Amino acid sequence: MEKTISIDTVYVPSEEVVARQVGGEFVLVPISAGVGDFEDAVFTLNEEGKAIWDRMDGKRTLREIALDLGTEYDTPIEEIQRDVIGFTEELFRRRILHQIPRQE
Amino acid sequence: MSSTTEFVVRKSLNSLFSSNAARPILSRLDIELTERCNNNCVHCYNNLPLHDESVRGRELSAQEIKTILRDAAALGCLGVRFSGGEPLVRPDFAELYVYARRRGLRVTLFTNATLITPTIAQLFCRIRPLEPIEVSLYGMAPKTYESVTGRPGSFEAAWRGIHLLQEYKIPFAVKAVILPENKEDKEAFVRWGETLFGSSGENPVQFVLYLNLHARRDSVRNKQICARRISAEDILESLRQFRPDYSGKLAQFCRKFMKIPGENIFSCGGGINKADIDPYGRLRLCMLLKDPRLSYDLKDGSLKEAVTSLLPQWRKIKSTNPEYLRRCARCFLKGLCLQCPAKSWLEHGSLDTPIEYFCEIAHVQARSVGLLGIGEQGWEVKNGKERIASYGENN
Repeated sequence: MEKTISIDTVYVPSEEVVARQVGGEFVLVPISAGVGDFEDAVFTLNEEGKAIWDRMDGKRTLREIALDLGTEYDTPIEEIQRDVIGFTEELFRRRILHQIPRQE
Repeated sequence: MSSTTEFVVRKSLNSLFSSNAARPILSRLDIELTERCNNNCVHCYNNLPLHDESVRGRELSAQEIKTILRDAAALGCLGVRFSGGEPLVRPDFAELYVYARRRGLRVTLFTNATLITPTIAQLFCRIRPLEPIEVSLYGMAPKTYESVTGRPGSFEAAWRGIHLLQEYKIPFAVKAVILPENKEDKEAFVRWGETLFGSSGENPVQFVLYLNLHARRDSVRNKQICARRISAEDILESLRQFRPDYSGKLAQFCRKFMKIPGENIFSCGGGINKADIDPYGRLRLCMLLKDPRLSYDLKDGSLKEAVTSLLPQWRKIKSTNPEYLRRCARCFLKGLCLQCPAKSWLEHGSLDTPIEYFCEIAHVQARSVGLLGIGEQGWEVKNGKERIASYGENN
């Protein structure tokens, strides 16, 4: 059964992924077999995706990231939370993100 | 926030850029890790002895190569091609490979496969190169193979390496170099290729039919190489025999690439978003271009500076050779001809001299599909464009 994403959990990028600016694109390049979902796939993030990614610093929960984004985007907080969870789900199931215990 | 539909888009590396505008200034870098090789192939244009300590001492260190890889990644580079010599003779190969992958670069490796060990195969399995390993193969039997490589035991070592790639399911392509020593193996190459990945797709065994002259213009080596060059007629026969839909593919190629080049000598893609670094840290337009006048020592400056200012400057060089201007510059077959500044320098020591061998191959191919009449020369034809269009429509 797939693990569900918890909004009060901290997620961080896997060390088996490199985030790069390539030309005009922000690209995630999986390094090890089993990360991502097929061999020559990379993942590009749009501006909002990058804004979420940049906040995944190993300290903030998804709820805190959404709150922070709420100060920048003129969007209802519930909608931002939905987006942050959707983004995390997408990358978590590909093992590009993993969850870590919150550091106190 | 949800004004845009997708935060994450999955793409293949090859489709990352839909337009040239988004391309990074450097998309691919070739790095020749060494010119030394554990084989001593009769036809090789480049190899130096494996244990040549003076050569080894001049090669870039692992740290210097890492700096180049780091700088290339910062310029947006997507892939690096490690070639040689034999890249796997460097004891730091695995370290460099992992470093390149961890910078987010995909890696192409040119190798003879003789030094692929279980450890190396496991590494490629765990950290995928993202490009097929390119294996050069010189024969399907010990006798033919080793008559090319000059090294007893090399056949067994190469096949051990290939079997490891198969065992660990690492994608690879094979470049079978056809020489008088191994021409009897041609059918066996094809049959083996057909067994490799089932019947779907193209046969992963590609024949190398054209030999380049020696990188350091060594006259003894050049004699050896010239003696092994296949005639234009035999090349045509091999192309027809072993390349499926040869005529259709040639028509496609002609439509795309054949045009009169004019006086600019670089009509290829060399130096456009890509560059080559030799084992001693000199940047060039391409791997084959050995003219020392068109090289830049990276110890004297940055990769960025060389890529952004020198490469475009070199690409603007125009021919001053009357013979080139009379023939190649006006020839509608130029796209089909292997003459280029790099090969011109290997053959003649100048960047813009016609190469009779390649000229003949292009003319034989063009005559075989009706682009040229008997006795006609490509540079004399006035309606080349119409001929290509008509050939394209009928194939």
